[in-house]
Amino acid sequence: MASFDYRIVEETAKQLYIRALCDLPPDVREAIKKAAARETQPTAKEVFKAMLAAIDIADEKKTLVCQDTGLPIYMVKIGTGFHWDGAEIKDRLYEGAKRATQEFPFRSSSTHPLTRVNPQTSVGQGLPVVYWDFRKEADTLEILMIPKGSGSENMSSMKMFIPADGVKALKKFILDAFVAAGSNPCPPGIIGVGIGGTADLVTRLAKEAIARPVGHRNPDPEIAKMELELEDAINATGIGPMGLGGDISTLAVHIETAYTHITQNPVAVNTQCWPARRARATIHPNGQVEHGY
Amino acid sequence: MARVHLQTPFSEEAIRQLRVGDIVHFDGTLFGIRDLTQIYMFDQKHEPPVSLKGMPCIHTAPSLKKVDGKWAPICVGTTTSYRMDRFTPPLIEKYGVRAIIGKGGLYEQSLEAMKKFGAVYLAIVGGAASLETQQIVEVEQVYWEHLHPEALYQFRVKDFGPLTVAMDSHGNNLYREVKAEAMARLPEVYRKLGVA
Repeated sequence: MASFDYRIVEETAKQLYIRALCDLPPDVREAIKKAAARETQPTAKEVFKAMLAAIDIADEKKTLVCQDTGLPIYMVKIGTGFHWDGAEIKDRLYEGAKRATQEFPFRSSSTHPLTRVNPQTSVGQGLPVVYWDFRKEADTLEILMIPKGSGSENMSSMKMFIPADGVKALKKFILDAFVAAGSNPCPPGIIGVGIGGTADLVTRLAKEAIARPVGHRNPDPEIAKMELELEDAINATGIGPMGLGGDISTLAVHIETAYTHITQNPVAVNTQCWPARRARATIHPNGQVEHGY
Repeated sequence: MARVHLQTPFSEEAIRQLRVGDIVHFDGTLFGIRDLTQIYMFDQKHEPPVSLKGMPCIHTAPSLKKVDGKWAPICVGTTTSYRMDRFTPPLIEKYGVRAIIGKGGLYEQSLEAMKKFGAVYLAIVGGAASLETQQIVEVEQVYWEHLHPEALYQFRVKDFGPLTVAMDSHGNNLYREVKAEAMARLPEVYRKLGVA
């Protein structure tokens, strides 16, 4: 138990950040290809061609798809079948994100919120963002890494509706948020939606929604139906890739829910840009690391 | 939709021929600017050490490395433009910039300056930095190096694009058109979604 070498977590955290920036997940590539094939507007087709070229060049040259290295987010799932040291994991994620930045090297996008001084490490007080979760049936440490760019994150929104507003108000809010964001979040991306919970939980749910592989539906059929309805509605606006007009305005709408207060009806939208970057690794107690997306 | 290949510096005539929806590629010089570059230039009143006349400027904060005293690109991408809107009219009027390259578009005051002095906004595909970086042949000069990664960069580019003319010198704005179209479609979309 005491023999686990936490340098493995640090190295994995570093590799995950670099890999997420350079190697888009297969589901995202597939979704862009499908969108490009379906698109009929000439300008939009040209935009999709450039997106596909950017993915290929990043593969060939082992370089970043997008220059916005974002803020590092690690979503951690601790298997309770092994004694993982949470404090140690937290430190290693911090070091891993910092080393990725300095050793690749790529731009540090983090900064002090008041002095605006960039530590040149991508980390700092409160960064990386770490989400903690637990799994009973596993002994592994699963880490999902998302570099969140600002073009899309700046278009986030949240609202505390009241029960009298109904589900209608939520759907309208999501659609209106998309239209208001327009060209800025580099569409067509994943529209992450949180419904329910508290003011902070609903925002987190929206972020978890963008972490899902493109088009993986919510297991609740009613919510899955709402995802499809919203996708159709968003595509029907004609905002198109990069907001320049076209048939495809989103790759997918993902909704995550939580129970909420009897007096509350909260909703949050977190947009993800078309290079919907993420990388996953599963670390076993014997030190073996499996890489995925 | 016309396809146009240009060479820098751009003449007013060449720029006035462009219409929204045209696809542009170009060769030559490209200047990289960002929020801080323009705060330094306009708010802190530093004259650019190089002429920008007839040139395109891109909204970027590049990742560069210095190899044997020479800058080389690691990753050069484009940032969202609206933050730099207020610097655009003086950039066009005072320094003769003929094209702003960015993503997301600019506001009416920039469109007015483009109309008055003959300039365009060219929309790049945001997020496609790997493609952009490949089209940069050389980092020719970094002026105001102390501001890096928001200094003033002089790049030499080849076949830079595809760029969509999103705001032209005749008062047309593709973003405005697309948004107006979306707003016109919304009542029907609301109805279908059951939220009308």
